[in-house]
Amino acid sequence: MQKIWIILQREYLSRVRNKTFLLSTFLFPLFLVLVFAGSAYLTKESIKEYKIAVKDPTGRYQPLLTNEKTVLFSPCLTCERTQFKEQSFDGLLEFFSTDQKHTDSIRLYTAEEGGIGLEASILGQIKKIEEQYALREKGLSSGMLDSLRSTTDKWGEGQFRSYILKGSSLKEENKGLAYAIGFGSGFLIYITLFIYGASVMRGVMEEKTNRIAEVMVSSVKPFQLMMGKIIGIAGVGLTQLLLWAILIFGLSAAGSYWLSPETITQGTQGMSPVAAPGGGAAMATQMMEMQSTVLSADWGIILGCFLFYFIGGYLFYASLFAAIGSVVNEDPQEAQSLMMPITMPIIFAFIIMTAAIEQPGGTLAYWGSIIPFTSPIVMMARIPAGVPNPVGYGQLALSMGLLIAGFILTTWLSAKIYRTGILMYGKKAGWKEMLKWVTKK
Amino acid sequence: MHASLKVEHLLKYFDTHKAVDDISFELQQGSVFGLLGPNGAGKTTLIRMITGIFYPDAGNIYLNGKIFRPQKDIIHIGYMPEERGLYKKMKVGEHALYLAQLKGLSKKDAFDKTRYWFEKFEMQSWWHKKIEDLSKGMSQKLQFVTTVLHEPSLIILDEPFSGLDPVNANLIRDEIKALAQKGATIIFSTHRMEQVEEICDHIVLVNQGKKILDGTVHGVKETFKKHIFSVQTSNDMQPTNAPSSFEILSQEGKEWKIKIKEGCRNNEVLQYLIDQQIEVSGFREILPTLNEIFIQLIEQTPTARPFHSTLNS
Repeated sequence: MQKIWIILQREYLSRVRNKTFLLSTFLFPLFLVLVFAGSAYLTKESIKEYKIAVKDPTGRYQPLLTNEKTVLFSPCLTCERTQFKEQSFDGLLEFFSTDQKHTDSIRLYTAEEGGIGLEASILGQIKKIEEQYALREKGLSSGMLDSLRSTTDKWGEGQFRSYILKGSSLKEENKGLAYAIGFGSGFLIYITLFIYGASVMRGVMEEKTNRIAEVMVSSVKPFQLMMGKIIGIAGVGLTQLLLWAILIFGLSAAGSYWLSPETITQGTQGMSPVAAPGGGAAMATQMMEMQSTVLSADWGIILGCFLFYFIGGYLFYASLFAAIGSVVNEDPQEAQSLMMPITMPIIFAFIIMTAAIEQPGGTLAYWGSIIPFTSPIVMMARIPAGVPNPVGYGQLALSMGLLIAGFILTTWLSAKIYRTGILMYGKKAGWKEMLKWVTKK
Repeated sequence: MHASLKVEHLLKYFDTHKAVDDISFELQQGSVFGLLGPNGAGKTTLIRMITGIFYPDAGNIYLNGKIFRPQKDIIHIGYMPEERGLYKKMKVGEHALYLAQLKGLSKKDAFDKTRYWFEKFEMQSWWHKKIEDLSKGMSQKLQFVTTVLHEPSLIILDEPFSGLDPVNANLIRDEIKALAQKGATIIFSTHRMEQVEEICDHIVLVNQGKKILDGTVHGVKETFKKHIFSVQTSNDMQPTNAPSSFEILSQEGKEWKIKIKEGCRNNEVLQYLIDQQIEVSGFREILPTLNEIFIQLIEQTPTARPFHSTLNS
């Protein structure tokens, strides 16, 4: 035990003291923010505005077509499909007939692929126009139609809310928040499994290629060497997590100061009283609502479970990565092919997670969160949706129990491969050979 | 006095391949023992069992008269493997302390002993250097220090001189002798026979997992001697009639190399020379070198190692 302690100290300190540790700790969140912000920006940018010329000799549709965010209509009776491009239009919408019996009577010509969105919005407008004509035929005036729309459109948002029954008390469900927390923690576990798993593997490979393995195992048992490394790197991971937590709290504290209701109202009042009358106050109440919804999440259970699945998932996979590292001989490509069977379930778990977030009570989500290969990632996506519903205490206990049993099993298996592999030079070991090492007494 | 290390009928199979096949020997405390054998003979496997890395399939190991318990006895053993390395990113001093603590020394003991050896080998200035900045010879020296630092009673050195310049090789060789004098038992594994002759008292030769020779360096040479002598004469007289007691293998100027025939004695040769008016200024037996014995013995067995089946043996 004492030797494991000495080894894990070295493993921990040699990594934490390294400058790249601090750098990666602070750059990683920055990188994530950049990736998310960047992809959001790009999707926004990639929404193209289509200028569509409308040739409607029937006169039935053109006056009623309204411009949308991405589609601008302009009448052009003289336009031809051979020359709308020269007139700087992106497309031509041509109406040939108003008779419903005619097929292919409304055509959209575009120079390039217009996207599903464009077609859907045009078709939607045409349907609405036809609906208006139909209603008018029944005697409804357009004024009545407008007032009807304006009342019904407001329905829903203010009136509808969903609640979760917790015994006798009601809890307002917040799908968006559960989604965000679930995806965030699942994603974090997914990424860190790879980062720290690979770190364990590289550490073992280094010991083997540096030829220090034999020096070490003449002083300590291979199992102690392996566990010292795994626990040491787990410590590095927890340290990194703690630093991220401090970073997030620090930033959000600073953020909430700058974006606190008072500063916002003051700012908007002082700066642009004309442009945003009452806008500041609305934004402030929105901020307050957001804060209260964030606080409404069950943070005790979420954080506790996150820590458990973070450590449990890491321990489950780390020893497998160690075993792979011990088998490889200085050839990174060999490591790649041997890693496949370990990285596949992790990637698979991520895919299940994205489905489990949408449907936390589904069958796939259930099994994904029970089986230890995928449970660390999938379960974390489900827990924010609610404990004990949809994730029951029984399920949670089963999942945790299986994960603990699973990591004991993988560690036991890996230790057997590791102790033989680490002293093996030059010879390439396949899966068959490794199986032999496991069954060997 | 009981043996410092005794191994009895050690056996280790890998699948059906007999890596170590019934080897027994014992070493006295303070002796320098040469463990010899060609590549793949089973030396490393044998050493790994003695250092507790492998468990033998059968047989016993006794350390200082008691059954060897790998976990507890590790502190009494210092092992420098042939495949040896260090953590490249660590600092020299830290690395020495780390390995010493893993042997079971307290932090303070580890520090004191590291200091002592660093001073002795004039390595103090290296303390804050990184391992990756050391030359091969330097890291070899550091490895030797970390092997003997915790004052083990059994020191096992696998090819300790490979990569060392003559000055440092001498330094290490003298230190090995000094450690033996202080009572440590040393196992020395190598292919370099001239080093064995220089340092070892006792040798064991293994091939294909079996012990094929065991004895003192002198005893082994006596056993394998071929009765070849070097005769130096001070005049150029040639023998007139053919000698009956020996044959001349070669003659270079005034130095002859002769082989005494079986059943004849040295004095018969001298008598003959005197009778022939040949003045003898030197008469010396040429013992075979360990290298010659080694090659002779190994060549008697096929070099390609057959894979015995455990089922039929």
